[in-house]
Amino acid sequence: MTETATGGAGARPIIEVDRVEKHYGPVKALAGVTTQIRSGEFFSLLGPSGCGKTTLLRMIAGFDEPTHGTIVIDGRPMAGVPANHRPTNMVFQSYAIFPHLNVAENVSYGLVRQRLSKHEMQRRVDEALSMVDLAGYGERASHALSGGQRQRVALARALVMRPKVLLLDEPLSALDKKLREQMQVELRHLQRHVGITFILVTHDQEEALTMSDRIAVMFEGRIAQLASPQELYRRPVSRQVASFIGVMNFLDARLTDGQGDRLALEVAALGRVEVPRAQAPGGARAGQVSVGIRPEMLTILFHDGERAEREVEGEVVDASYFGDMTYYDVLLPGAGRPATISMRNTAGRRILTEGMKARVGWSPESIVVLE
Amino acid sequence: MSAQRGGTWLRAYAIGFLAFLYGPVVLLPVFAFNDAAIIAFPLTGFTTKWFGQLWDNPVLHQSVRNSLYVGFTAATLSTVLGICAARASARYDFPGKKGIIGFIMLPLVLPEIIIAVALLVVLIQLGLELSLWTVILGHVLICTPFAIAILTSAFHNLDRSLEEASLDLGETRWGTFRRVTLPLVTPGVISSLLISFTISLDEFIIAFFLTGTEPTMPVYIWSQLRFTAKLPSVVALGCVLLLLSLTLLFAAEYFRRRSNRRTGSEGAATGGMM
Repeated sequence: MTETATGGAGARPIIEVDRVEKHYGPVKALAGVTTQIRSGEFFSLLGPSGCGKTTLLRMIAGFDEPTHGTIVIDGRPMAGVPANHRPTNMVFQSYAIFPHLNVAENVSYGLVRQRLSKHEMQRRVDEALSMVDLAGYGERASHALSGGQRQRVALARALVMRPKVLLLDEPLSALDKKLREQMQVELRHLQRHVGITFILVTHDQEEALTMSDRIAVMFEGRIAQLASPQELYRRPVSRQVASFIGVMNFLDARLTDGQGDRLALEVAALGRVEVPRAQAPGGARAGQVSVGIRPEMLTILFHDGERAEREVEGEVVDASYFGDMTYYDVLLPGAGRPATISMRNTAGRRILTEGMKARVGWSPESIVVLE
Repeated sequence: MSAQRGGTWLRAYAIGFLAFLYGPVVLLPVFAFNDAAIIAFPLTGFTTKWFGQLWDNPVLHQSVRNSLYVGFTAATLSTVLGICAARASARYDFPGKKGIIGFIMLPLVLPEIIIAVALLVVLIQLGLELSLWTVILGHVLICTPFAIAILTSAFHNLDRSLEEASLDLGETRWGTFRRVTLPLVTPGVISSLLISFTISLDEFIIAFFLTGTEPTMPVYIWSQLRFTAKLPSVVALGCVLLLLSLTLLFAAEYFRRRSNRRTGSEGAATGGMM
């Protein structure tokens, strides 16, 4: 694995997807996707089921052909190239471990065709197994493995082929929560270690945020936004993206001046505010717009002495206690719906209850303007 | 109280049912070893001479050879056809798929006598001479639905992503079939061969209509029934056949279950033959 271990996000695209469409009869599973995936990056395709993310992954793998458009991998057009001749390997959602073969036979499955010496093959298999923490498991029967172990075998089986790109189709969805979180970290470490480009398909936004260098959010066969996790969370381009990634409070607003570098807004409940144009990443025209603010960007001011840049008075309508956090629903005057506010339960901090008044602090730099 | 009485009745019914079902079959070995030319109680003594008669009967041997030949050939042909049909029905969607599969499965419920007469008429019209091959043709027709039923379940249980994973790891389509698909459906294939063979081995009506001058074993047995003196040895033959059929069916069922286990559908009771 060492020859490609450059790490980080190289500038050269390893995969170029150009205006790719996939039609199933009258249904467009992909309605024109253009994107470039950089060599060595951890790239995620994120979206609800049916958004076309798996279709795109399967076309990169070579299981499906695009109806229109082209896919180029490592400078080579992939039209008509079957899966067994592509420099990609896949970790399947079901893991697809061959049930009639043991762990070592599963891992060496693809190497058999490469006519390696027995010694070299053994070395590669051992290397791959220890990379996924399964050293010594070679003789295990595949049906005697746990879900997490099956996933590791699937990873080892793909990585042992030294692919240019590793494709992961919802690899963690079958694992329980704890194991899933552990594997998220391990996968990320593994990717850094081997330096291979990873493309992850997931519907779990948290998973995408924690693991990826860049995320493409897809809706209805199109990429809605392609950005880094931070950018995506802080500056979503649309309401759709904003509500898919984490929790977002939406407030009605009117854009009074959209001409200069700064946008002047009249926001329900929050009042007049002026923000730089960068806080409207999806563009903004004068008129009715929507403004988004994250729950952790609203702060309840518990003590009289506490001050915030901007303040507004509201009433608690609901409080959900989560141990480390409390989620409040606070009705701000002039807003249609209560806003969700998340507060860390630090030492000595009270838990407010329904009906109590609360001073809510916020800052103009934490709002995002959406169409 | 009433529940208990209900249980008693139910048990009596179950025992009566089983007695009716298997009683006559149990009588077969009893009379096969009975030292009397007439099949009737009381029993007169123990003998193995009827089996000895079977051993010394060259005409019978020829008919057994004919049956084995027909059975092997019909089982192989219908299993090969079954593999193609089952694979197609499990993997591909094409217009009219349900209808086509339905028509292939139809001989399962069609009266055999209809098939036999229809085939006979067609063969005569075509001017073909009746031989063991015409019997094989008829048997393939009735065995193929069984083969398809068994193999479809084997292919359906096979996770499609296993074949994709093989392709993804650089294996060719043929290599994938050889290294992944076939090993995983092999128990199903063996089960299909055994069931088809068993069906062909004791099939009478089609063989009776389509056989020429070379009788298969069931046809030979039928021809012997006219001679009362031959009856005990026919019973002995029936005994041998019974044992053989049971062995084959149990073997087939063993392989079918193993096939389900292999392809990872344990416990999923997918309509078996037993």
